Amino acid sequence: MRAMPPQTSPASTTSSASARTPVSPWYAFGAMLIFLLVTPLFVYPIFLMKALCFALFACAFNVLVGYAGLLSFGHAAFLGTAGYVSAYAAKAWGLPPELALVAGTTAAAALGLAIGSLAIRRQGIYFSMITLALAQMLYFFYLQTPFTGGEDGIQAVPRGVLFGLVDLRQPVSMYGLVLAIFLAGFLVLYRTIHSPFGQILKALRDNEPRAISLGYNADHYKLIAFVLSATLSGLAGATKVLVFQLASLTDVHWTMSGEVVLMTLLGGLGTVYGPVVGAFIVVALENYLAQLGSWVTVVQGGIFVACVLTFRRGIVGELAARLDG
Amino acid sequence: MFGIPSQALLGQLLLGLINGAFYAMLSLGLAVIFGLLNLINFAHGAQYMMGAFVAWFLLQYMGLGYWPALLIAPMVLGAFGMVLERTMLRHLYQLDHLYGLLLTFGLALMLQGLFRNQFGSSGQPYPIPAALQGGQNLGFMFLPNYRAWVIAFSLAVCLTTWYVIERTKLGSYLRAATENPTLVRAFGINVPRLITLTYGAGVGLAALAGVLAAPIYQVNPLMGADLIIVVFAVVVIGGMGSILGSIVTGFALGVVEGLTKVFYPQASNTVIFVIMTIVLLLKPAGLFGRTQS
Repeated sequence: MRAMPPQTSPASTTSSASARTPVSPWYAFGAMLIFLLVTPLFVYPIFLMKALCFALFACAFNVLVGYAGLLSFGHAAFLGTAGYVSAYAAKAWGLPPELALVAGTTAAAALGLAIGSLAIRRQGIYFSMITLALAQMLYFFYLQTPFTGGEDGIQAVPRGVLFGLVDLRQPVSMYGLVLAIFLAGFLVLYRTIHSPFGQILKALRDNEPRAISLGYNADHYKLIAFVLSATLSGLAGATKVLVFQLASLTDVHWTMSGEVVLMTLLGGLGTVYGPVVGAFIVVALENYLAQLGSWVTVVQGGIFVACVLTFRRGIVGELAARLDG
Repeated sequence: MFGIPSQALLGQLLLGLINGAFYAMLSLGLAVIFGLLNLINFAHGAQYMMGAFVAWFLLQYMGLGYWPALLIAPMVLGAFGMVLERTMLRHLYQLDHLYGLLLTFGLALMLQGLFRNQFGSSGQPYPIPAALQGGQNLGFMFLPNYRAWVIAFSLAVCLTTWYVIERTKLGSYLRAATENPTLVRAFGINVPRLITLTYGAGVGLAALAGVLAAPIYQVNPLMGADLIIVVFAVVVIGGMGSILGSIVTGFALGVVEGLTKVFYPQASNTVIFVIMTIVLLLKPAGLFGRTQS
């Protein structure tokens, strides 16, 4: 073993700060809820739905990196796989939207179990490289396999009628569904993070050997966290496909894995609301910079560098620290 | 053999050896940097691309050909790497490893984006130097001179790197500083400068690979983007514990990839990732990994 320099875990400073934050979490949740109910009156609903899908994706990603300390660089695999499966289910099998969502999410969960059990065999930096490599393997698979439509993707996916009652072709009902899915996913993650299970994840992040010596089976907890994260990422991907009626290679490419890292880092690793804030900012940025072409990549790279060098706790993390005095 | 014409087989073997040469050089650079800095250099692919572009600039704007580029490009990129290390990476050594990964990932995005803005996604052709044009007819196959040169030269570079690290005084400082930087500093060796030089050398290796690649693949802003992911898989398979290990793994995986192109072309993109999966299942620490850490 080499002598390791003293390490600060990615979010240990942040989480202790937010734990002491006097603002009650329900205020923040209420403010977010009001924001999400009022903005559709002013903002283009497709934009909001896209941002909400990415917000759920980033929150799911954050459970791994912010609380378990596992930086996955292959999360696009779960977003994209669920997208392809639910698009295929809705279009080729003609399943109703609720079943298409379930099919996509289940596929992502199964994939999460497979990739997770491989990736947790190595720690630290290797974990990131393995997830990246396995996701790239899936990218090539989806590029070649016939059911995904290759470069064209699966287009014109029907939104359908939810439970045979709600016609999702109406923007209002589609927005309602996306909002409900986001809130449900957010609350599941919130509950997980603030449960004994979440505490064990933090213990593993901060000092794995000590947690193991206390009798916790590290691999067991990491795998559960990985599958949970993959499942909710898949739910986000399946929902996104219903919104855009398109499943494409963009969603499985490594740049998408990088984007979710960017959202979470910008908003604040290991904060509850950070990924949501980060997702809205990044999606808005892409919207406004779209005509600049590949400058978007340069700006995103710049944000990465600026975040790491100057405000590692992210926007929400820094705010929480300021409020705390 | 197996109903495959031996021409095709040997041709793919040669291509595989060439790819393997690049895997070996790039994974070697990653391993050297990781050893001392504890950093996975995500910008390695972008730096490889920039090496090729420096060669192209030299030819386009200064009329300097391949041979000067082989020397100048690694030096330019090495200096660039040392500036990066002094101004940015230095501040991250006390933090979790993942911040180094995130920073270099951001750098890679920026560099690739900037070059793509300037030069588009299509490649710029770079001519094979006059001395290495043509090829040898070996009787059983045609061997282009430049490809033979790439394999021989990269093998020489890899072995020289191994020799410097394992057999020279400088290398012994390097290995000592990898084991215990504090103690080595107490002996009066300037470890921060050693770190800067090491990062510069690692980046220089990537740039050298870029110059070698320029006449084979075109000079393209995204030439390193997908390659670096394959190299990560190579690093996971070999483990970064051993210099010779990463050289052998690099060449071997290139050959395996070449053979896959002959026998089952559909899997040629994914075969290295499949091997990585199998290695993770059977020997989680990697083929040459020392401990699981």
